[in-house]
Amino acid sequence: MKLELTVNDTPHVAEIEPRTLLVHYLRDVLGLTGTKIGCDTSSCGTCTVLVDGESVKSCTVFAAQVNGAALTTIEGLAGDDGLNRVQQAFHDNHALQCGYCTAGMVMAAVSLLEEQPDPTEADVRGGLEGNLCRCTGYHNIVKAVLSCGRAAER
Amino acid sequence: MISAAFDYVSARSVDEAVSALTEHGDDAKLLAGGHSLIPLMKLRLASPSVLVDVGRLRDLSYVRDTGDEIAIGALTRYRDLEINDRLQADLPIVAHVAGLIGDPQVRHRGTIGGSLAHGDAASDMPAVVLALDGTLVARGPRGERTIPAAEFFCGFLETALAPDEMLTEIRLPKATGAGWSYQKFRRRALDWAIVGVAAVRNGRTGVALVNMGSTPIRASAVERALASGSSIADAARLAADGTEPPSDLNADPEYRRHLAEVLVRRALEEADGAVTAQR
Repeated sequence: MKLELTVNDTPHVAEIEPRTLLVHYLRDVLGLTGTKIGCDTSSCGTCTVLVDGESVKSCTVFAAQVNGAALTTIEGLAGDDGLNRVQQAFHDNHALQCGYCTAGMVMAAVSLLEEQPDPTEADVRGGLEGNLCRCTGYHNIVKAVLSCGRAAER
Repeated sequence: MISAAFDYVSARSVDEAVSALTEHGDDAKLLAGGHSLIPLMKLRLASPSVLVDVGRLRDLSYVRDTGDEIAIGALTRYRDLEINDRLQADLPIVAHVAGLIGDPQVRHRGTIGGSLAHGDAASDMPAVVLALDGTLVARGPRGERTIPAAEFFCGFLETALAPDEMLTEIRLPKATGAGWSYQKFRRRALDWAIVGVAAVRNGRTGVALVNMGSTPIRASAVERALASGSSIADAARLAADGTEPPSDLNADPEYRRHLAEVLVRRALEEADGAVTAQR
């Protein structure tokens, strides 16, 4: 089937098998390997990308389901002026250890901040419940996301 | 994990979806958010040869006030239920439970109709719809019919929907100001309930159980005991009556029976305002 997607502001057209998972399309067809496959069972969240601005687990979505949508992956966050503010906050707060969960964490955090621009610590912990860090480095991740809230800017 | 191959049909209307189901019969499955079906397909526990994607039917995403009831479109996503003002006012249990399902990513995709049509005894929403005595609306080649929630869940992952029918709407009686509680016992944030209990006290009391059998079920013995004047503690002792709870890595049947009693008691107490739990 024909798939038309806009990924990180670039339109793509491809002929795919309907059973192609979104994460496989991104990684294997487009070569966007920043999005990782972890558990492959919609638990760990490392495959999180944005579909029309909302976080989804791309291992549990057929690419066909989002035909026509606009996607953002970790590669699409940084601009010409450098890292996106969430990426920068992860950097500043040392919010990663091995880094495997990081792309998913950042994407989930971007979606969370879109829905709740001024989250409390409980909001951040709840908002990231779908993302697992097996280094258990949650503390600095939460700190990084909180630093992006409005309260932190005041 | 990669699912078996299938033909993909993107339905542009309910009628188109129903005709695709009529044409392909048992070989076809409807795909909504896909968060119940796709994991099964990846494990090849389900291998439909035709997938009819109804995910683009946004006109089935709504929450409407119809007087005594709230009508919810089958393709309304959990996220949209969680933040819906009308539900928060008239059916707060639905908004609250929607926010407990899976995680934000799952709630961005999963739909109330998809969950009900999947009919998983471990899912949260079926128990809520049972406790509220909801009505389900299905469309098929012979038109529309309504099915009481109490008659909808027939067996393990089996509902009253015919292979050529699509669930289109869920009608729930308003419970404005009613006492309610949802108890979800799980070990980690994004887990399924090991046992869950939905309770609504609104003149009548509705109590339904999650993961206490092969289907979502009413705790009928508890409801009868309360109707005939039993105390909460006495009624809760009947929580597991007539159930055949499953055994898995998390719990054996005996532990689930124990949990059911404890959680039914907590749910009824909270619904009565006896306990102010943190929501």
